[in-house]
Amino acid sequence: MNLVQIIFWFLSALAVIAAIMVLVSKNPIYSVLWLIVVFFAISGHYILMNAQFLAIVNLIVYAGAIMVLFLFVVMLMNVNTETDPQRSLFTKLVGVISGGCFLMIVISLIKQAGELNTKDVLMSGGNIGLIETLGKVLFKDYLVPFEISSILFLSAMVGAVVIGKKESKIEN
Amino acid sequence: MPISYYLILAFTLFTIGVVGVLVRRNAIIVFMSIELMLNAVNLLLVAFSKMHHAGVYAANKASTVGTDAQLFVFFIMVVAAVEVSVGLAIIVMLYRNTHSVDINFLNRLKN
Amino acid sequence: MNTLVYLIPLFPVIGFLILGLGRKSLSKTLTIFLGCGTIFTSFIISVVLFLNVKNHGAMDVHSLFTFIQSGTLKIDFAFQVDQLSSLFLLIITGVGFLIHLYSSAYMHEENAEHFARYFAYLNLFIFSMLLLVLGANYVIMFIGWEGVGLCSYLLIGYWFKNDNYNYAAKKAFIMNRIGDLGFLLAVFWLVNKLGTVSYSEVFATAHQLSTFDVTAITMLLFVGAMGKSAQIPLYTWLPDAMAGPTPVSALIHAATMVTAGIYMIARSNVLYNMSEFTMHVVAIIGLATALFSATIAIKQNDIKKVLAYSTVSQLGYMFLGLGVGAYTGAVFHVMTHAFFKALLFLAAGSVIHALHHEQDIRNMGGLKKKLPITHLTFLLGCIAISGIPPLSGFFSKDEILAAAYAHNPIYWVLAVVGAAMTAFYMFRLYATTFLGTYRGNSEQASHINESPKSMTIPLIVLAILSVVGGLVGVPEILGGNHQLHHFLSSVLVSEKTHHMPHNTEWMLMGISVTIAVIAILFAVNKFSKKPELNDAEGLGKILSNKWYVDELYDKFIVHPLNNIAVFFKNVIEKSGIDAAVNGVGKFVLYGSRQIRLIQTGQVGTYILLMVLAFVLMVLIWINDGYIYRFITNLF
Repeated sequence: MNLVQIIFWFLSALAVIAAIMVLVSKNPIYSVLWLIVVFFAISGHYILMNAQFLAIVNLIVYAGAIMVLFLFVVMLMNVNTETDPQRSLFTKLVGVISGGCFLMIVISLIKQAGELNTKDVLMSGGNIGLIETLGKVLFKDYLVPFEISSILFLSAMVGAVVIGKKESKIEN
Repeated sequence: MPISYYLILAFTLFTIGVVGVLVRRNAIIVFMSIELMLNAVNLLLVAFSKMHHAGVYAANKASTVGTDAQLFVFFIMVVAAVEVSVGLAIIVMLYRNTHSVDINFLNRLKN
Repeated sequence: MNTLVYLIPLFPVIGFLILGLGRKSLSKTLTIFLGCGTIFTSFIISVVLFLNVKNHGAMDVHSLFTFIQSGTLKIDFAFQVDQLSSLFLLIITGVGFLIHLYSSAYMHEENAEHFARYFAYLNLFIFSMLLLVLGANYVIMFIGWEGVGLCSYLLIGYWFKNDNYNYAAKKAFIMNRIGDLGFLLAVFWLVNKLGTVSYSEVFATAHQLSTFDVTAITMLLFVGAMGKSAQIPLYTWLPDAMAGPTPVSALIHAATMVTAGIYMIARSNVLYNMSEFTMHVVAIIGLATALFSATIAIKQNDIKKVLAYSTVSQLGYMFLGLGVGAYTGAVFHVMTHAFFKALLFLAAGSVIHALHHEQDIRNMGGLKKKLPITHLTFLLGCIAISGIPPLSGFFSKDEILAAAYAHNPIYWVLAVVGAAMTAFYMFRLYATTFLGTYRGNSEQASHINESPKSMTIPLIVLAILSVVGGLVGVPEILGGNHQLHHFLSSVLVSEKTHHMPHNTEWMLMGISVTIAVIAILFAVNKFSKKPELNDAEGLGKILSNKWYVDELYDKFIVHPLNNIAVFFKNVIEKSGIDAAVNGVGKFVLYGSRQIRLIQTGQVGTYILLMVLAFVLMVLIWINDGYIYRFITNLF
């Protein structure tokens, strides 16, 4: 077992356990923090696959911006363990069992996938994940979608403001 | 690493996200579960990108096969950021109206 | 000449559309102009075509477009103008025009909208009949066949506010439908066996048919003719059709509708000649109808009813003529009958008009002086129908009688008895109506005036035609050369020829005329002074109640059918069909109420179902449900 494999298994275990912890935690703040751990683990996977740009973006956007937003909201609402709504045990059991069935089915399908099982992922080598390569493609071939996504951001901003403002009007 | 490892990892994370949506009533946790699912997909896309790259890498070191998938991941992140900003605004609204983040209040689909 | 053929039916249909669609805005004058003008134009064209056919022989079949094409079956919308159809064109448009003209005065009391509706129906009627006669195949004929049935329904029920009239209209329509079914089956049979319906091809290939096929086809066609031409057992609608306005009766009885059956059989003479059996049936039914309805006519007191039963009787004669192979005689009788029956009906209408819708002859009498033109024309019509030479009825009836004698002397004897009865009841009608003294109240008597010119002119024209119409078919024995026979000989080729010694012919004529004259004298003598005013008794009562045929039909056909319908409605429909249909509805309602519980409106439930559905789908489709294989694959 070489170093890459060790890191892979470590990161995978970390991601799965952290993801489970997101669900299991009673306090939403812990859930947010565990989710940040998951994102870090996934960023680690990106680095392992030499997708450096995505790893950094993942950290900045998800772990940095989005999760901070989540934290803000959680704190703003003052949601704590006592007020956290819970489902009944039966519903939880049904959810877990059906999720388990789903996972089993998918794994079974992957096992049957034939040719796919012979393929390997290129670790550490290759330079397609570098900012230079991606930047060239992004601003050459994907310029229009890139610009359109900026409009999407703008509309999302406007939408968030409208949603937030409308209520205050009614309150007044 | 074999691609199937990544597949199983990504689907495990995805399933955990699904189960999260199913078992939690807290709207914020449900929302985070969705983010988890998106990330599982992102991980799989990058893994596939590198899988395809591996096919041509041996012959041509400078090949750019697989960049598209990584750009897709980039765009997914963009959309996720948009989604989170609007979604959290909605959750804040929900909280203001009901003083709760229980998604069971969101049952208007019935009518 | 080709385009002229299309114009004949085109004008009436244009008239129908304008009058029918614009009936609320057209003035009466304009309506009369359009209604009569279109038919008159068609009449002019018909005359031109008739002369053309007379001089140059039959015209080619003109195909307008392909009407139906299916596999090898190709049915053209085609018109055929030959000797037979051109003669019918003249009768239809000529007599039709006179009836239109007459109607313009007779119906003048109606308000403008209904007046236009009336003329629209009349035009449609003429159009349908023209289509029937002009069609070059059985399908086009069937369109016209159905069209006249529809128009008779519309016109009999013209005064639709009276329920009895509506029942009469429905009766006519349903009786006709029974016959139409026979016609339709015959057409299907032809298509099945010969693969064509056009006259020329059918007649050319008819010899390929087996005897059974020919008999079946001709019998089915005859069933159609029974309905349309009011033969036993489907004749009861025609007397009831008197519910319509009197000119309509004239139109139905003389120019259109009832002659359709005669035309159809004369047209299919090739087929009929091939089936001895059908010919016998046609002759016997015709004879039976002629006698049967003549007996009924003797005791009727409604002026129009007598004429109606006389029409049924005369139609019986025509079928007798067809049955014994005298196609020309039958067609000849159609023509003369069109003249004198239209005349009689219109004259009766004139009487009814003068007496303000009084139709019972027991309340008439002594109208001879008050209605001179009507009286004279009516008398001429009566003489013509009674078969007194040299009026038209004599020649045509004599031809049928002679053919019947050649076929079977018993037919002749019965037919002469019928002719005597015809003379008797016609002159009973004449004497009761016009002779003697007026039996209505005196206040009415002072208001009786002769009808206006637009009513008397058609009467006079028809009277002249009734008198001279027979001259086109004077038999050789009387010094004529029977022009009609020669004219029609190319269409009605396969007629059975019958040569009798001249002595026999003279004798037959003598006997029939003598008997008719005796019957006339007896009737005039009996009824001019002392008309039957009381209700009849004994046999007379049975006759005046029409042999209780309507009651019999009611009891044995209508009532059982109604009972079956009631049974179906109450038992089969309610507990069978309704229960099944409502049961399905109730089940769906109940089921959906249960399934609706799943829709909690909460996203979680929906996602759970989605996941389960995905699992199930994969299980069912990807691996045919072998769950075991999934488990072995898992590890």
